[in-house]
Amino acid sequence: MRSDRSAAAPLGLKIAAAAGLLFLHVPILLIFLYAFTTEEKSYQFPPPGYTLQWLAVAWNRPDVWQALGLSVRVASIATAVALVLGTLCAAAVSQTKFFGRETISLLVILPIALPGIITGIALRSAFSFAEIPFSFWTIVLGHATFCVVVVYNNAVARFRRVSGSLIEASMDLGADGFQTFRYVILPNIGTALLAGGMLAFALSFDEVIVTTFTAGQQQTLPIWMLEELVRPRQRPVTNVVAMLVVLVTLLPILAAYYLTRDGDQVAGAGK
Amino acid sequence: MSAITQTSIMEGRSGTFGRLSDFFWRNPKILLFLMLAPPLLWLGIIYLGSLFALLLQSFFSIDEFSGLINYEFTLATYRQLLIPSNFDIILRTVVMAALVTLAAAVIAFPIAYYAARYAKGKWKALFYLGVMLPLWSSYLVKVYAWKLILAKEGILTWVFARLHLTWLLDAWLSLPIVGGNSLSISYTGTFIVFVYVWLPFMILPVQAALERVPGNLIEASADLGGHPAQTFRHVLFPLALPGIIAGSIFTFSLTLGDYIIPQIIGSSRLFIGQAVYAQQGTAGNIPLAAAFTVVPIVIMGFYLWMAKKQGAFDAL
Repeated sequence: MRSDRSAAAPLGLKIAAAAGLLFLHVPILLIFLYAFTTEEKSYQFPPPGYTLQWLAVAWNRPDVWQALGLSVRVASIATAVALVLGTLCAAAVSQTKFFGRETISLLVILPIALPGIITGIALRSAFSFAEIPFSFWTIVLGHATFCVVVVYNNAVARFRRVSGSLIEASMDLGADGFQTFRYVILPNIGTALLAGGMLAFALSFDEVIVTTFTAGQQQTLPIWMLEELVRPRQRPVTNVVAMLVVLVTLLPILAAYYLTRDGDQVAGAGK
Repeated sequence: MSAITQTSIMEGRSGTFGRLSDFFWRNPKILLFLMLAPPLLWLGIIYLGSLFALLLQSFFSIDEFSGLINYEFTLATYRQLLIPSNFDIILRTVVMAALVTLAAAVIAFPIAYYAARYAKGKWKALFYLGVMLPLWSSYLVKVYAWKLILAKEGILTWVFARLHLTWLLDAWLSLPIVGGNSLSISYTGTFIVFVYVWLPFMILPVQAALERVPGNLIEASADLGGHPAQTFRHVLFPLALPGIIAGSIFTFSLTLGDYIIPQIIGSSRLFIGQAVYAQQGTAGNIPLAAAFTVVPIVIMGFYLWMAKKQGAFDAL
């Protein structure tokens, strides 16, 4: 028998792997079930009946819309900032060699490697020390800081694959630096940036730990959810919002996957 | 000759962009500086600045009578960490982080191994997405889902009742430390949710490490008479270890710093993250909160140093 032909997996391994994947997915699927339950007061399973009325109730809630609006605005601006900073940093690190390159990679990864509560409390005490009042921009400041790493990871991985001779060829053919960037570099890294931007958006849209320290009285959607989790008041509305959040974060992740699936991994291991 | 030099050394470009482009070409260091300055200023000032300011505060102390911060260098705040009630918090968090890491490694291994060795083509993509989607989907929603599952009237109780195993659940809940009134207010619940939420962070590096193990190595071990258990023990596990350590960096670090999961699903006893939150919020004791945050930083520093020695960073 040829040894490079793969044998079938042992049954035990198959079962363990399938059980592991089920463990990862069933809880998220349950969220969809609970969004349609008729039970208001408890988390009863199986649900006594199913209804669509909570979708309408949630739709008419101004606080949910406000929180959603704030989250989307924060995530958009934080993503834009992270795109600029992350791309600059990735370009510098991958195109040139200089002293302290490793340190820069570490610095970019640090905000996400250290527990979020450290970033949060550090920012909060800095704001109070500098007497900066909480505002929309304090949230953006915190989010952009840890979103840089996602864009950076994606862009660095792609820069590694764009060969230097392509850029030299462009220069040899008479293009100036800006033209090379516009017509050679950008088309090559475009999808990686798009993927990085989407992941950054998902990360910011979902962030709660740092946000609790930098938001003051403002409510982003995750903060709204957190309050419902600590003191449940409108469980059915929370169920619907949870389902909405799953859907909103699902789409960018799938899109990012399809944009980067040839070759590199989506830089998810560094979340 | 002169014709060649005339065409090969071109004149400078005209126009603002042209001149700027030539300037950067001649002075690549200035271009590098301009590219690095914005991200470094941002991260350096906003992030490192705040971090150092926080660490500095841990060397101050709080005046017990006035509640104001006493700006004099002292180690008294660190000494407070060692009083039993605070030290218990640290111990509890570290034990939980270690158990969560262990459990995550055990559950992650079969998934990672199957995905690395047996899954091909479409199945490989499915496994990849199957890990990525839970990794990236909302943290709070995942915690919320477990609140639904672990609730007294929730699905888990129902499943146990259906299997006629309610007595088992009750027996477990009546155990001293791990038990409680219901799963959602016990250490068991906290543990399950931690494992669930951080599991993808373990699977990805383990899979990356296992992808690099050549299949014929396993076959060679079998050909030489190795029982599957022996092959695992002497071939597969040592080769996967850097990946497991790399994954454990995430599971350990994330458990050390989390304050939301034990607050929503767990007994009322505090973890480090909650202690930090309480100290800086209601208690207003920023120096003690800062000293508490130093604990995970120091532990993770040690951990990263050990991991580096084991070569775990190549598996990331």
